[in-house]
Amino acid sequence: MDFDDTPDEAAFRAEARAFLDANRPRKDRARAAPRYGEVDAAELARAKAWQARKAAAGFAGITWPREWGGRGGSPMQQIIWNQEEAGYDVPYDVFLIGLGMCIPTLMAYAGRPVLERYVRPALRGEEIWCQLFSEPAAGSDVAGLCTRAERNGEDWVVNGQKVWTSGAHFCDFGLLLARSDPAVPKHAGLTAFWIDMKAPGVEVRPIHQMSGGSHFNEVFFTDLRLADRQRLGAPGQGWKVALTTLMNERLAVGEPRRPDIHDLIALARAVAIDGRPAIADPAVRLKIAEWWADSAGLAYTRFRTMTALSRGQTPGPENAIAKVVNAARLQAIAAYGMDLLGQAGAIADPALAPMAGLFQDGLLAAPGQRIAGGTDEILRNIIAERVLGLPAEPRVDKDMPFNRHAPAR
Amino acid sequence: MNFAFSDDSRLLRDQARRFLAERCPASLVRAALDAAPPQAAALWREMAGLGWLGVGLPEAHGGAGLGAEALCVLAEELGRALAPVPFLSGRCLAAEAIAQCGSPAQQAAWLPRLAAGEATAAFALAEGAGDPSPGAIRARLRNGRIDGTKLPVADGMNADIAVIAAQDADGPVLALVDLAGPGVERQPMAMIDPSLPHANVTCRAAPAERLPGAAGWNAIAALLDRAAVPAAFAALGGASAALEMAVAYAKERHAFGRAIGSFQAIKHKLADVYVAVELARSNAWYACWALERDAGALPLAAATAKVSADAAFFQAAKENIQTHGGIGFTWDADPHLFYRRAMLLAHALGGPRFWKERMMAALETANAA
Repeated sequence: MDFDDTPDEAAFRAEARAFLDANRPRKDRARAAPRYGEVDAAELARAKAWQARKAAAGFAGITWPREWGGRGGSPMQQIIWNQEEAGYDVPYDVFLIGLGMCIPTLMAYAGRPVLERYVRPALRGEEIWCQLFSEPAAGSDVAGLCTRAERNGEDWVVNGQKVWTSGAHFCDFGLLLARSDPAVPKHAGLTAFWIDMKAPGVEVRPIHQMSGGSHFNEVFFTDLRLADRQRLGAPGQGWKVALTTLMNERLAVGEPRRPDIHDLIALARAVAIDGRPAIADPAVRLKIAEWWADSAGLAYTRFRTMTALSRGQTPGPENAIAKVVNAARLQAIAAYGMDLLGQAGAIADPALAPMAGLFQDGLLAAPGQRIAGGTDEILRNIIAERVLGLPAEPRVDKDMPFNRHAPAR
Repeated sequence: MNFAFSDDSRLLRDQARRFLAERCPASLVRAALDAAPPQAAALWREMAGLGWLGVGLPEAHGGAGLGAEALCVLAEELGRALAPVPFLSGRCLAAEAIAQCGSPAQQAAWLPRLAAGEATAAFALAEGAGDPSPGAIRARLRNGRIDGTKLPVADGMNADIAVIAAQDADGPVLALVDLAGPGVERQPMAMIDPSLPHANVTCRAAPAERLPGAAGWNAIAALLDRAAVPAAFAALGGASAALEMAVAYAKERHAFGRAIGSFQAIKHKLADVYVAVELARSNAWYACWALERDAGALPLAAATAKVSADAAFFQAAKENIQTHGGIGFTWDADPHLFYRRAMLLAHALGGPRFWKERMMAALETANAA
């Protein structure tokens, strides 16, 4: 066992660090963290400028083929880059879904002319992509979606509604999953497309979240007309395309959201209980110790994943561990941090609350973390069924034509 | 990045798992609840024959020349099998104390015999309630003789010698005592896991010989850190086996017309156990690396591994019983063997509170540095 980079990995890390040092300041944990998913025009401009600079230097699309502007590098290099970039003050990553999930799906299913037109602008941050899967009646059960795509001559016409679309309000293109045949069982009647978010018939309405921000959107389609060349995969093969997209989500496991265990330790040093630092209180110490054990376990689990990647293996569904643990721990740590503040715990004013309201912000954002990108419950099903091999829940609608049970939705 | 066990260690794991599947079935563990069966003693001798008792000990004294990885692999496999043998107390505490703190003469006298299984050694720190601390050691060493009562002492009835913690004029020390010698009285005591017998050992002017390297509490605490790593692996092995047993039963047992493992109530519970076990595994691996390579990182890594693994084992053991339902509460079913062992291991080197506090102290030291 060792934690050293191979000579190649070390060289790449040094190169990445030199680029980051030359272009960004180091991250300062003491400074206020950006509120969750809040991207205004100025932040969007900063994000696009940073992406362009990364792309020019060969640090965007690290695992992508050179032919499409990528580095042709390894997943390990991507992880090394993520580790290094996490130490610097960089803009909010508005490209994560597009570059991490949408474009790789395009690469698997789209024809050459489409790739030549769209891949490089996406990599340079000029055009942003979103993913249009979830619907009001199809969240965890996404294959139960109702948005219709109907043939109309050579074209398709789309009507329906999507929801929870991250960043749709600033996105240029999207990956759409729609129902093309309601007369067959639900997984068999789907078709995937790429769409222009600015086309007539697409309306984006931001959702005002309980956290106060508006990161997610509703997207409505009214007679949206698509050319058949916008289809990805064969008609009826949409579920297979969607799985390609979702598989790519697994590599996008990042640092835990804040407040994390280090923030809690910092807070426990800063606030007093009975006249001494909270971190000297035995009850506080026991709580911190338990979360430390989980946090360390997760960090070292990532080393195991990195080792697998380094050997050319593909990480599997066990990566669901990180999201299950991080989301619930974020909520628990945020609530406990507020407990340490006593009567001031509920103060959310960034000018008055310790660490600029990091704990209060985290508490309000945490419920979303436990739902978005796979709920706690769905992730536990994934672990139970795909890792432990437990039998699937009986699904009464699985083999039934979709239009036989759809009215219940 | 190479955060994985070596090929040699993986071969050793396969060998150990095959050997223990044959020589240490659950029936042997259950038999050991009543009285130490002859097969347990035979198992210990065979382990010595395979060189397992000398793993990590110096080759000059009969050691097998393998390092921390091998020690941890064996601890995990013995933990999986719930082997009723004193590997943790005999190899990881007593022999380790002699190897780390003994004089050359003490090492030459005892390590070859311990490695060969010709003698066994116990480690006597606890004196009843309370976590390990210098103040909790009340036994006294004066003029080469020990007075005091130690309990519980793992393998205390059977062992030939014991490494005993006592106070001398300068503070806590460790000393070797011949348990068959004068001034030693031993009584068996009931434990939550009777498959690892313990004793109440009373010394009245029992002749004792200091381990010269063990002067002061820090030396004893360092031994606890070193032993916490294989102890965590033992718990990890038990936790993994208990989870596997629960998963197997959930696939096979049917209720309401379907396998109970298809119900989310069971799935989510077992998914949570899986998560706890995998986090514990990662923490244990890191501690193994620290044991082998980085003494500075060891206190925090060992405490983190111990806390994580003990919690995972208890969670896996209790949910294994729960998944089994009524049959899991019977003596003749195996789940209670894990439940008992989980609690024995969680208290063998000081309880969960002790290790959480030790983790915090190490964390503060690491942050201050």
